[in-house]
Amino acid sequence: MSAPLLEVKDLHVHFNVGREGLMPWAPARMLKAVNGVSFSLKAGETLGIVGESGCGKSSLARALIGLNPIASGSVKLDGRELAGLPAGEWRSLRAEMQMIFQDPLSSLNPRMTIGEIIAEPLRTLRPETPSAAVKAEVARVMARVGLLPNVINRYPHEFSGGQCQRVGIARALIVRPKLIICDEPVSALDVSIQAQVINLLLDLQQEEGLALIFIAHDLAVVKHISDRVMVMYLGRAMEQAGADTLFATPEHPYTRALLSAVPIPDPMRERTKTIQILEGDLPSPISPPSGCVFRTRCPIAEPRCAEVVPALEPRGTDAGHAVACIRVGLAAAA
Amino acid sequence: MSLLEVDKLNVRFATPEGEVAAVNDLSFTLEPGRALGIVGESGSGKSQTAFALMGLLAKNGTATGEVRYLGSNLLALSEAQLNKRRGSEIAMIYQDPMTSLNPYMKVGDQLMEVLRFHKGMDRKAAFAESVRLLDAVKIAEPKKRMGMFPHEFSGGMRQRVVIAMALLCRPKLLIADEPTTALDVTVQAQILKLLQELRRDFQTAVIMITHDLGVVAGVCDDVLVMYAGRTMEYGPAQAIFDSPSHPYTRGLLHAVPRMDHAHGADRLATIPGNPPNLLALPPGCPFAPRCHDRFETCLTPAPLIEFAGSRRRACHRSIAELSENESAPEGVVA
Repeated sequence: MSAPLLEVKDLHVHFNVGREGLMPWAPARMLKAVNGVSFSLKAGETLGIVGESGCGKSSLARALIGLNPIASGSVKLDGRELAGLPAGEWRSLRAEMQMIFQDPLSSLNPRMTIGEIIAEPLRTLRPETPSAAVKAEVARVMARVGLLPNVINRYPHEFSGGQCQRVGIARALIVRPKLIICDEPVSALDVSIQAQVINLLLDLQQEEGLALIFIAHDLAVVKHISDRVMVMYLGRAMEQAGADTLFATPEHPYTRALLSAVPIPDPMRERTKTIQILEGDLPSPISPPSGCVFRTRCPIAEPRCAEVVPALEPRGTDAGHAVACIRVGLAAAA
Repeated sequence: MSLLEVDKLNVRFATPEGEVAAVNDLSFTLEPGRALGIVGESGSGKSQTAFALMGLLAKNGTATGEVRYLGSNLLALSEAQLNKRRGSEIAMIYQDPMTSLNPYMKVGDQLMEVLRFHKGMDRKAAFAESVRLLDAVKIAEPKKRMGMFPHEFSGGMRQRVVIAMALLCRPKLLIADEPTTALDVTVQAQILKLLQELRRDFQTAVIMITHDLGVVAGVCDDVLVMYAGRTMEYGPAQAIFDSPSHPYTRGLLHAVPRMDHAHGADRLATIPGNPPNLLALPPGCPFAPRCHDRFETCLTPAPLIEFAGSRRRACHRSIAELSENESAPEGVVA
């Protein structure tokens, strides 16, 4: 088996949220946004990360690319350790790893032309590139993402959301990365435009052999694009599996609830399916529940769930299927 | 008598760049207790339709045509007469639960204000009724919550408060403008279930404005599909989802990845191009430039034709002539 492109082990991302609202002598509180997440990603593979707001999926993505500090754990890209890497050495890595952001317009500098925006990573990361070659590369990626050459001197505000997202993708592609992290890349787009951008990402992946980390709250989109999927809740991975396995036979009670909640555009099916409603709200990530973080809303929780932190353990016949729940194992054994 | 009859509603905005036709000749009827879904992408005029019904258009906007609510034309009413109806007989839920509550007022005061204004209740009666409604939308410890400020509520809870507020006076018509777009899927499932229960218990008619076809499939009896301010298709929900009769509706239904379809890395069918600029609409059918099935006649406006009993469609092609949805060649966008 070939070595994975990206290997993440027991990653923690913590934020100091201070002592606001507490007595001045109280210790500062830590928000554990990502709490011991592990996964690996092969070249050319797509990992979908799903979860609701506040589950830590964006914090995880930003930590991978060095935008959030890593509290502990290990992130290896092509065998190189990224945790604790000095700031100066990040630059050489950024050509391997790029990111596409959620809001297509605000992630582009309004005072730069489309051509300047797309060329910038190349000029910064490979300053030795002659300007003729930069021009050629800009033309290449613009054609690749479906932007006409004559828009090169326009400004971002002249473009629609879908076109801005194409610019964002071109900017990520120009340094020929091995991995692109997409943080909700289509959630701000209209339905008809969303399909165009998803198709573009799928094509690019097949043709350039890109690995993608695809973060989204829209499960149908994640199902469509991912090879493997990780479900997160309150900073922890609840379940990990191949996309087919996860969506066909979800094991974790949270995954089941999440999948049942997605509306299906077909009145007959939508009205006859059973939705498992999760009662209550997401607990505060500053003081998460003891034991399993999902137990406060879990339909099958038992007292022991408050004591044991369930490990993400292999389950079922699919080799890559792992579930973090003590009840699932019991149910299978019984 | 129908609860609401909208007859040739037109909404125009005077802008420095010229007149924008946001809504054109929109007609529909709504019976008591029924739910109508208005579906469209950004700029389709779906939200402006709602604002026009409520008399809440921006200062540069004018609405013409007739909106008969139980026989009286809402567009002809004075501001004072409208104020009596708004909030008591017709209520609205807005998209963003974060900004639709007053951050400086306690939630209880905001709820009681509605009852005291419309029903002339005293503080005590208004308090009791508000608590009852908070309980009806399943907010735990409603009495304690009355004294709290909106920032102390989560997004889902705020949307519940907004729904409770809209239902305080038992309106006959509830207009919900993207009520769950800002929420996570599990919270969305909670809110949609709640809306369905309340609709049953209070016999409220609902106009649900959304871009999410899944939400429409679950909630609505009838569907109106809008594009560039015009009706593309109108009819019973089941019929539209089973046999969409307009190329745009077909495109929309095929462009969304679905949870109930097998996973595969196949491409999504796309609608090429971008939504039109409302300042420079193409002559004739506004969807023609993006349509697979366009021909010369599409340069003239397509009339809205009745067929199959209660359905209506605006397309020059007959249903038999429409192409089955093969993926269109990927349009290069300018």
